[in-house]
Amino acid sequence: MSLMNETNTGSITNFDYWKSAYAGRASNLSVSEVRALFAVVSRPEVVSLAGGMPDVSELPTEGLNKAYESLMSTRRDLALQYGGGQGDAKLREQIVEIMALEGIHGSAEDLLVTTGSQHGLDLLADLFIDPGDVVLLESPSYVGAVGIFRHKEAEMVHLHTDNEGLSPESLQQEVTRLKGLGKKIKLLYLVPTFANPSGVTIPQSRREEILAICENEGILIVEDNPYGQLYFDEVPPNAMRSMSEQHVVYLGSFSKILTPGLRVGYVLAPPAIREKLTLANESAILSPAMFGQMLVSEYLTVNDWKGQIAHFRDLYRKKRDAAIEAIDKHLPDIETTRPKGGFFLWVTMPEGIDSKAMLPLAVSELVAYTPGTAFYGNGMGKNNLRVCFSHPSIERVSIGIQRLSTVINNQIELLKTFDAE
Amino acid sequence: MKVVILAGGISPERDVSLKSGRRLSDHLSEAGIESEIREPDELLIDYLATTKPDLVWSVLHGAGGEDGSIQRLLEMLDVAFVGAGSREASGVWNKSTAKSIVEAAGIATPEWISLPKNTFKQLNAKSVLGVVNKKIGFPLITKPVEGGSAQGVSRSENAKELGKSMVDAYAYGDEVMIERFITGTELAITIVDLGKGPEALPAVEIIAESGNFGYEERYIPGETTFYAPARLDAGISQKAAEVALSAHKVLGLGVFGRIDLIVDENNQPWFLEASVIPGLTETSLAPQAFIAAGWSLGEAYKAIAESAISHQSRR
Repeated sequence: MSLMNETNTGSITNFDYWKSAYAGRASNLSVSEVRALFAVVSRPEVVSLAGGMPDVSELPTEGLNKAYESLMSTRRDLALQYGGGQGDAKLREQIVEIMALEGIHGSAEDLLVTTGSQHGLDLLADLFIDPGDVVLLESPSYVGAVGIFRHKEAEMVHLHTDNEGLSPESLQQEVTRLKGLGKKIKLLYLVPTFANPSGVTIPQSRREEILAICENEGILIVEDNPYGQLYFDEVPPNAMRSMSEQHVVYLGSFSKILTPGLRVGYVLAPPAIREKLTLANESAILSPAMFGQMLVSEYLTVNDWKGQIAHFRDLYRKKRDAAIEAIDKHLPDIETTRPKGGFFLWVTMPEGIDSKAMLPLAVSELVAYTPGTAFYGNGMGKNNLRVCFSHPSIERVSIGIQRLSTVINNQIELLKTFDAE
Repeated sequence: MKVVILAGGISPERDVSLKSGRRLSDHLSEAGIESEIREPDELLIDYLATTKPDLVWSVLHGAGGEDGSIQRLLEMLDVAFVGAGSREASGVWNKSTAKSIVEAAGIATPEWISLPKNTFKQLNAKSVLGVVNKKIGFPLITKPVEGGSAQGVSRSENAKELGKSMVDAYAYGDEVMIERFITGTELAITIVDLGKGPEALPAVEIIAESGNFGYEERYIPGETTFYAPARLDAGISQKAAEVALSAHKVLGLGVFGRIDLIVDENNQPWFLEASVIPGLTETSLAPQAFIAAGWSLGEAYKAIAESAISHQSRR
């Protein structure tokens, strides 16, 4: 039977029989014209500078095969079975080693494996956010976090952020202001190292100031760190979690250093929080997928994963260089961040340009990007856009930026013509 | 019968096209017709030339799908296909040309002007839009001359909004149309020709919750209420159907097309635009018309497919 027949009530239909039955928060879930435009990025003609995807083509098939064969020959039945809600114990021990690279001395007992770190953030938000609670974020902030906090009906407050990340002064001022208004500030969500989307890194001194403010004000920091290992020049400061066990919940991921296809991420949290997260995880999904977890674990066991990360650093450094070089050449008057690691550049165009309205023009020029408003919970970012340089080849990064320059220049001309700034 | 469905492409309507293609394939399958969904890619022409399917049903939207080019290639390959021929499609694809054709045939269509981007390289934009405003008056509808799914379409209440609307519409193409806004009942009338000449299916009346039948209102279930058939007096319905049929014939939409109209407060139907590739998604208008006419979608699509093959032999 067709959907039409299922939903058509006589001669009147709105194609959503249950429209009046949804929870109030469901109104925050909607598709848009912009989302539809992203359908074209799967076409080979289009250079996608949009999605934050790793270049998995550079992940050697032999290494993956080796991990798979090892898993099948040693722990096959476990991998194909349900697991515990906290995640595979061996993998958690290995994650402890990985986190140690960024100065974190954690325990496998305080770790929870999740279906990507996005899932960890969703569990955390579910645990802490009542409708109307305040979440503090960088300006701009990660689009996936904005989506989660919007869905939980949080009040998102973006704080002043510059080329050194979140401003501690802005944090203190806003906390004082919001508390004065009687607001409940629950979380400070940060990507302190090679932030998504700006690419900037918060220096050590600011990290200390931010932590001190949050400790003093009783605000929990959620540190999301998928890019920390992907540094191009110097090693970034240690993770903020290395400075505080009680005031920082740490989110990590294998999506950027290995593959997002397995959806394996993790949360390191103080025991009380970790316990609740584990129960919430079990309630939602029973257990994270054992196969994916154990394949990651075997990959780490039988391969030189540190060597692979070093290869990615080198690769993404070259891509960043290609992106910056192309911007300097084709868009010399445009302001952009110059990240020292990660996947992203944050581009600021002249006031008046609406990157969302400009996207169809980009699609017709066979290039895609993510409009800046996606990274704010308050409609800001209109004249910004995020460029992700990690996925296309080095040559196509340059081509993509060149196409983008045509788009931006055409848009500037149009705005001048119609005085629409 | 072996049907190749063309869906996807690189237009801004790619997503809509893919959804239409999958729904079409499902319903053809219900009617016992085998189909294969193909993207327009470097292998397509050789594939069609080699396999010679009984029928191609393109649900490709945007340039390359609706502008007559794929239709011309199919004509050259001597492959039967659903919808208008290449010459007719290229006329309808340009909304301004389509309006000129129907207006010349005596069908009412809201006053409009079509402005290529290059116009503004020579003429002062404020002066041009000032003339338009004086002659047509606000509110105005601004839309890309080419393209569908209401992408780039907006309504302007004043000169400031019009400037922004022009920029938004030019993001979808190099020619933009400004049209008088008509208040009334929005209708979509699907026309099929199953061998006995074009017939109008029951009109679908569109009531968008936001007041604007835009992209989201078209494709997010729950955002728009549709009445099929429309809640119009029989005489007015008949009049609207006649106008749609006349437009279909004069535009040469072939075995399957859709005419969008608005009926104003004086019960005057106005032609807005035509579609040579009506959408077939779960919220699209043509499938609702088939249901209202008492067809299952499988039966309807099978009948159209058979008619298109028969029509091809007469091309």
